Amino acid sequence: MELKGKQVVAIGEREGVNGPSLKLLAESAGASVVFSVTQCFV
Amino acid sequence: MPDPAILASHYILAHGPDFVRYGSKPTREIESSPELLDQLTAALRPWEEVLAYPPNQTFIGNLTPDDLAAIPRPWTEHPVAGASAQGRFGRMIPQAALYGLMKLSDEFDLIAIDAALAAEARSALEGVFPHRLDRIVATPAGELDALIAAGSGMPLYHHGRTAGFLKAVHEQDASLDAHVLFENLACKATAVLAVAGVLAGRGLDPAAVDWLLNTGEEAVGDRYQRGGGSLSKAVGEVVGCINATGYDIKAFCSAPVHGLITAAAMVAAGLHEYVVVLGGGSQAKMGMKFRAHLRNGVPVMEDCLAGMAFIVGPDDGTGMRLRLDLTGRHPIGAGSSAQAIYQALVIDPLDRAGLKMTDIGRYAVEMHNPEITEPGDSGDVPRTNYRTLAAMAVFRGEIARDQMEEFTTRHGMPGFAPTQGHIPAGVPYLGHAQAAMHRGELQNAMIVAKGSLFLGRMTQLVDGVSFVVEPGSKTTS
Repeated sequence: MELKGKQVVAIGEREGVNGPSLKLLAESAGASVVFSVTQCFV
Repeated sequence: MPDPAILASHYILAHGPDFVRYGSKPTREIESSPELLDQLTAALRPWEEVLAYPPNQTFIGNLTPDDLAAIPRPWTEHPVAGASAQGRFGRMIPQAALYGLMKLSDEFDLIAIDAALAAEARSALEGVFPHRLDRIVATPAGELDALIAAGSGMPLYHHGRTAGFLKAVHEQDASLDAHVLFENLACKATAVLAVAGVLAGRGLDPAAVDWLLNTGEEAVGDRYQRGGGSLSKAVGEVVGCINATGYDIKAFCSAPVHGLITAAAMVAAGLHEYVVVLGGGSQAKMGMKFRAHLRNGVPVMEDCLAGMAFIVGPDDGTGMRLRLDLTGRHPIGAGSSAQAIYQALVIDPLDRAGLKMTDIGRYAVEMHNPEITEPGDSGDVPRTNYRTLAAMAVFRGEIARDQMEEFTTRHGMPGFAPTQGHIPAGVPYLGHAQAAMHRGELQNAMIVAKGSLFLGRMTQLVDGVSFVVEPGSKTTS
């Protein structure tokens, strides 16, 4: 997936990949993260 | 100074099929799609099925986690023959008993119930709960009908019929809204049963308890201090802990492990002799994944409130020593990836003691029942955690890569706890650990809990804490 120039909403999960990590990943791929949060779905 | 020990553990499950509709998720979904109520109701399990459900029998101690692992999935289709509500270190109660506990725990006449429910509740609690049964009294029919007609509060259902009412006490205070009071009273009632159970099981006089540490996820308070209140003394009052005081520890799911470490430190310091750590059920989480359960054609399994209580006191050889020198914590600067969390909670304390990961007999992580979480695509939470631990053991060169599955089986266990936040966080294994140590089958265990601090939107951080238990001094050969 090409993320460069895209706007991203990053919703992470505590038992998986958390929001801050997703944000870093997306930003490193050139995306602009407009919102990032971690949820706990269990 | 004495070595601190966990002397006894007790776990309760209160079946509440008519409470599920009032869970946070069902309340919102039913409000926007009223037809969901019938679908939800049709997918709820009767008491007999809930009683015989293998994870529930494991939670109260009648099956070991290894017994559960040997039962084929889905566990809903493999009921335990001759299942008992009385567990080796716990108990299950039907809904009428839950209403009875709420009624006898109600200091402000918030709950009104009808004569049939009052009689059923008293009967269900006879021989189960020794305190205040005379407080389970019915509201006269005319008075109850008038309350329901006035509508200031919420109706209470029992097997589908309107059997009571919870009165609103302040229409302009959202912190004292009827739903909030219902949640808090349900939490208090389940904690009350757990504390009474742990004291009776240990044979400890309630008057001998010095300190109470409530670790539940409820938010008690009014509009000026939402969540700033406490349940510790409120629970102790019901069960006769007349010489105890206490306070609440708030740390989301990790609060019980924080509480046990705090209690052990109090005992080790000589500050208090007997400390009870407790937590009641999370009513808001009932039916949280009901849409996924309906979609997958499985029963709505978040149908019980849980409760738990632990006695921490001086090591007399009968319990488990809590090693205060082997605790783990997740510092602010540690990072919040799964690997960083387990580095802080598991590896760092083991490294300090010169121990390997394989030196720990069993790890108890987030013990969520996978049958509840998998339909909602949340996966098998304990297994995911054990795989992470196994991978870290590979990185450390303690096991070979092809031994990860063996590590997971040998040092882990299947999830068997209801998805009630603080309840599954490591501590459901303590009763089993104590039994296994007394059988001479277990030399130590590490209890690991994580807390979702980020849910309150004040930080992106996660929290976590851990400790190691080992046999009490007189049981060590």
